[in-house]
Amino acid sequence: MPYMVEISGLTKEYSGIRVVDGLDLQVAAGELFGFLGPNGAGKTTTIRILTTLTKPSSGQAFINGYNVVAEAQRVKSEFGIVQQHISLNRDLTVRENLELHARLHHLPPAERKKRIDYLLEYVDMTEWGSQTIDQISGGMKRKVMIARALIHRPKLLFLDEPTVGLDAQTRRRVWDLIRMMNSEGATIFLTTHYIEEAEALCRRVGIVHHGRLISLGAPVQLRRKLGLITVETEDNGRTHYSYFPDRDAASEFVHRLNSSEKVVMRESNLEDVFVELTGQKVQED
Amino acid sequence: MDAYAILWSDLMMLKRRWSRYLLTTLISPILYLMAFGLGLGRGISINGTTYLEFVVPGIIALTAMTSSFNGAGLRLNTDRIYFKSFDECLMAPISLLSLLLGKAMIGVVRGLVSSAAFLAVAMLMVPMLQVTPFFMISLLLTCLTFAFLGVLAALLARTHDDMATFSSLILLPMTFLGATFFSVNQVPSQLKIVLYALPLTHSSTCLRAAALNQPFPYPSFVLLIFFLLLFSAGSLVALRRISI
Repeated sequence: MPYMVEISGLTKEYSGIRVVDGLDLQVAAGELFGFLGPNGAGKTTTIRILTTLTKPSSGQAFINGYNVVAEAQRVKSEFGIVQQHISLNRDLTVRENLELHARLHHLPPAERKKRIDYLLEYVDMTEWGSQTIDQISGGMKRKVMIARALIHRPKLLFLDEPTVGLDAQTRRRVWDLIRMMNSEGATIFLTTHYIEEAEALCRRVGIVHHGRLISLGAPVQLRRKLGLITVETEDNGRTHYSYFPDRDAASEFVHRLNSSEKVVMRESNLEDVFVELTGQKVQED
Repeated sequence: MDAYAILWSDLMMLKRRWSRYLLTTLISPILYLMAFGLGLGRGISINGTTYLEFVVPGIIALTAMTSSFNGAGLRLNTDRIYFKSFDECLMAPISLLSLLLGKAMIGVVRGLVSSAAFLAVAMLMVPMLQVTPFFMISLLLTCLTFAFLGVLAALLARTHDDMATFSSLILLPMTFLGATFFSVNQVPSQLKIVLYALPLTHSSTCLRAAALNQPFPYPSFVLLIFFLLLFSAGSLVALRRISI
C-alpha cells in the first residue's frame, strides 16, 4: 500500500528533552487520519518536522516517498497546511492572500485567477474576495486558510486544529469541506482537541503521549478495546468511569451498586479512550 | 521570480496605503531638516557649502537606512514571531536565497520611496543638489545594505524586544554618529576609527560627495559593498539555521 506519510523512529530533542520519542507511523494515501494527544505530546513538533519547518534529531520521515530533510524542496510541493493560528497576511485582501500563495507555488498567471475563483466559490467566499483579512470573521479566515492550502492542489493536507475557536455552524461547514477534500482524493492529517471532531471525521486515529504513539486504529476499534459501554458513578463529587464490553455486563455492574449513587450508563466514546490512555483531557497543543 | 512574489505582497500593501506611508516616513527627516538644517545650522558653512546643503544628503542616507531597516526587519520580525506568516514562506517551494532577496527587496523599495520623497521635499530648499548616477547607485547600495541588516536582525531576534534593543544599540547611535549631521574630518582621529566602522558613515559620505559634486569617495563605496556582503551572508547563515 502506498503511504502518503511514513515516519520511522522519529525523535526530536530540545535541550535534552525528548518532545518526539521514536515515533513510528504510516498514513495511507487518501486516508483521513486523526492525530490526537494532550498538551505537549509532540503533535505540533511532529507536524513541523513533516512540513519541513523543523529538523528531526534522528529518525526519518517521508511525504509521498520524499524525505522531508534530504528532499525538502520536493516535499513542499506535496502538502498544504492549515495552521492552528491565523497565518494570513492581514494587510492583504482575501484574493491577494490566495494569489501570493499561488505565486509562491509557481502557478502560471493564466491559471491563478481560475484557481482562485474556483476556491473562493469552494469555500463560499466569492463575495469577500476584495476584503482585507482584518475585515472578515474568524470563521471566514479559517476558510480562506483552507482555500490557500488547496491552491496548488496538494496531495496531502495538514489540518492543525482547523476548527479551533469557531462557532458550531461554521465548524460543521469546515467539517463538510474536510470530507469534500478527502472525497476528492486528498489525504488528510488532522490534529484536533475536539474529540468529537476526530470521531466524526477520521477513519483512523493515532494517540500520542510523551512523544510516543500509544494507540492506533479506527475509533470504533479503540472503543471496543476499552469497552463499548461506559458507566459513570459519582462519589463525593468525583466521577468514576467503568467500561464494559456490552450493556448486559454494564447493567449487572449497575445493579450491584449502592442505589443512592448517581449512575449514568452510555455508549463510550473516543474521549473515554483518550482519557484512559493519557490520564488527561485533551487540550490544545 | 520567487523573490518578486515575496516583494509583490508588500507592493500591494504599499499601493493601498501609499499616502499614509509617505506621510509617516517623511515626518522624521523633515523634523531633522528643520531642527538641524534650518535651525541649528543656519549661518554655518562646511568646506564652502552651507550647512543645509551639507546636511540634506546625510538625512537622505539616514532616511534610507531607517526605512530600509524597518521595512525589511520590523515586518519580518512581526511576520516571523507574532503572525507566524513567515512559516508559510518557509514551507513554499522556493529557494532560501529567493526568500531572503524578496524580504530584503521590501526594505529596498520602502527605502527608495522614502528617500525619493524626502529628496523631492529637500530639493525645494536646496535645488543645487545633484542626482547623479553615483548618487543613485550609492542610494541603492545604502538601501540594500540596511535592508539586509534588517533581515539579519529579524532572523536573529527571538522576541520583539530584541528588535527594539537592536535599534537602540545599533541604529540610534548610527543615526547621530554616521556622518549624518557633521563631517568625519571634524572629529578626533581616534573617534574616526569608530565612525568608519559604521556603514551609515560611508553611505552619508558617498551620497554627500555625489550630491554636492565633490570627488567621489571610492574607499567608502567599497566598504559599503563589504557591509552589504557581510549582512547578506549573515542573513543567509541565519536563515539556514532556522530552516531545514
